Amino acid sequence: MTETKPGFSLKSLGGGTHAFPTGGSCLVVFVKEDCETCNTAAPVVEALHRAYGDKLKVLMPAQSGEANAVFATRHDLTFPVLDDADCKVSFDWDIEIVPSVFWLNTDGSVRQHFEGFVRAEWQALSADIAASLDLPQAQIDWDSLPAWRPGCGSRHLCPEIFDRLQAAASGEVLRARRIDIAEADDVVEFMFDQGFSDGLPLVPPTPERVLKMLGGTHRAPQDLIAVVPPNMGEATTEKVAINAVMAGCKPEYMPVLIAALEAVCTDAFNIHGVTATTMGAAPVIVVNGPIRDRIGMNKGLGALGSGNRANATIGRALRLIVGNVGGGKPGGVERSTLGNPMKYTMCFAENEERSPWPPLHVERGFNKEDSVVTVFAMTGGPVHIVDQESREPQQVAGSIGLGLESVFLPKLRNLPVDTLLVVCPEHIDTLMSQGPYTKAQLRARIQEVTSRPLSEMVASDTSGAGISKATAEKLGPDKLKVAAPKFAGDEYIHIVVAGSDAGKFSSAFHGWATGEIGSQSVSRKIDLG
Amino acid sequence: MTTILDPTDERKPVARQVTARTGTLTGTIGLLDIRKPRGNVLLDELERQLKAAAPDVTVKRFAKPTFTKPCPDDMRRDIAAQVDYLVEALAD
Repeated sequence: MTETKPGFSLKSLGGGTHAFPTGGSCLVVFVKEDCETCNTAAPVVEALHRAYGDKLKVLMPAQSGEANAVFATRHDLTFPVLDDADCKVSFDWDIEIVPSVFWLNTDGSVRQHFEGFVRAEWQALSADIAASLDLPQAQIDWDSLPAWRPGCGSRHLCPEIFDRLQAAASGEVLRARRIDIAEADDVVEFMFDQGFSDGLPLVPPTPERVLKMLGGTHRAPQDLIAVVPPNMGEATTEKVAINAVMAGCKPEYMPVLIAALEAVCTDAFNIHGVTATTMGAAPVIVVNGPIRDRIGMNKGLGALGSGNRANATIGRALRLIVGNVGGGKPGGVERSTLGNPMKYTMCFAENEERSPWPPLHVERGFNKEDSVVTVFAMTGGPVHIVDQESREPQQVAGSIGLGLESVFLPKLRNLPVDTLLVVCPEHIDTLMSQGPYTKAQLRARIQEVTSRPLSEMVASDTSGAGISKATAEKLGPDKLKVAAPKFAGDEYIHIVVAGSDAGKFSSAFHGWATGEIGSQSVSRKIDLG
Repeated sequence: MTTILDPTDERKPVARQVTARTGTLTGTIGLLDIRKPRGNVLLDELERQLKAAAPDVTVKRFAKPTFTKPCPDDMRRDIAAQVDYLVEALAD
């Protein structure tokens, strides 16, 4: 199929306006002044113009601004040299190299096109034009010209120019309200003033940056990703991208962020309750599968801490979306008594390579090669479990159990509350030192070492929490002798592996209310398009 | 000029919002003279009319060191600690 080039209207050095299509056969040559190959080609174009000028319109969009005049004078050009300093026509014509040569039919369709300077191509072009116009060939000393010289990159492909042109061309792609910030205003301060921030500075979400961010997902900009409580704001891909830019994400993080957002906006996860609770819960995001390494997530040394861009910004972007699109802001629906630092960000990858167990996503029904996000609503953590002495599997498993006593309050047991246990590699090695030690065994051991008679839960002068004295009297001494473990069931104990090879420090996130009235962990396969 | 895209659900206008009106005139009102010539005359009259219209309000007067520079931070904090409302006034 013949390609037709878009029309344009540009001013020439002389001040006149020249439009394309021209109403006749036409030669369009894109150049820039500092390109040596363009300087090689310019005299040839002038010769073609002089030979065929009456019947062939020649137009030369030039990208060099004021230097266009230098270029025209240098080569005594007598055809219109056009000002394409903003590179819009170069962008619209989608050229890559200068010189870029187009011989076009009356209707604007491309008859011949080539780039750079290949002498044979230019020679053939001259002959073809002469033949088509029934004119003698232009007199050009072809032997004095180089046989081949590569062109230069078109100026519009400079990233800052291209991004601007791309943003301008995508007026229909981006529909979010545009906010113009005056020169005198500081953009970062403005965003603080508007309440867009989580308390830390944000990257300004310019149209250029947002478009780049949208390039990280195959989802269309206006696709609805999720309806975000509490305001039930609509998070389109574009809104997700805007907040991702502000958080500092790279485009390739977008699929993870989208899956995490979909997960927290389910009824099961209940982000409204997670946001609103005075207990101060926050989503903890665990990422499994091949995408961890592809986007450079941290699963090893310091995985739960600072320093990794993907871990830090994916978690932050999710929180920003809940605040900005969902309207869950501190002091509004967000009502934490104390809050916790996970409300800034908490996202990490499982160290599957260092785990002897099926990774979290496989345990939850996905294939190992799937990339999956799992979200947990956690109120505390990571709380360390320190055991540098145990050398027996049952000992270290026992310590891990004892480390979980502090979930909610040590005296409280039989809790229908999740914990997310992060076992470190050295503790894994001890657990495995005498043969396989399964997750089921670890869960059972946790429940075993935390079991205490219900009598220890009865309210006392030390602590009024737990079983009230009246209830205890009704239960009677025999029932109070029954031992209860920390968790109401093994299924509340979620286990992953992360961290570096050195250090006998596992850690645990402590949950919030779970089940129908609280938040249930949710996994989502990451859509990589 | 920088253009950014709105990260919110766009239910609120971006422009700064006027503080909610209380409907009553009570408390302490600060009158800040920015030190333009005869600004004090304007504020003297404003103070007189305020006291006549609302005898219960307390009026406190402040003056910037110079109108050519922003109000010093210490003074800003001092004013914020002392008054409920502030009228910043000029002349010309």
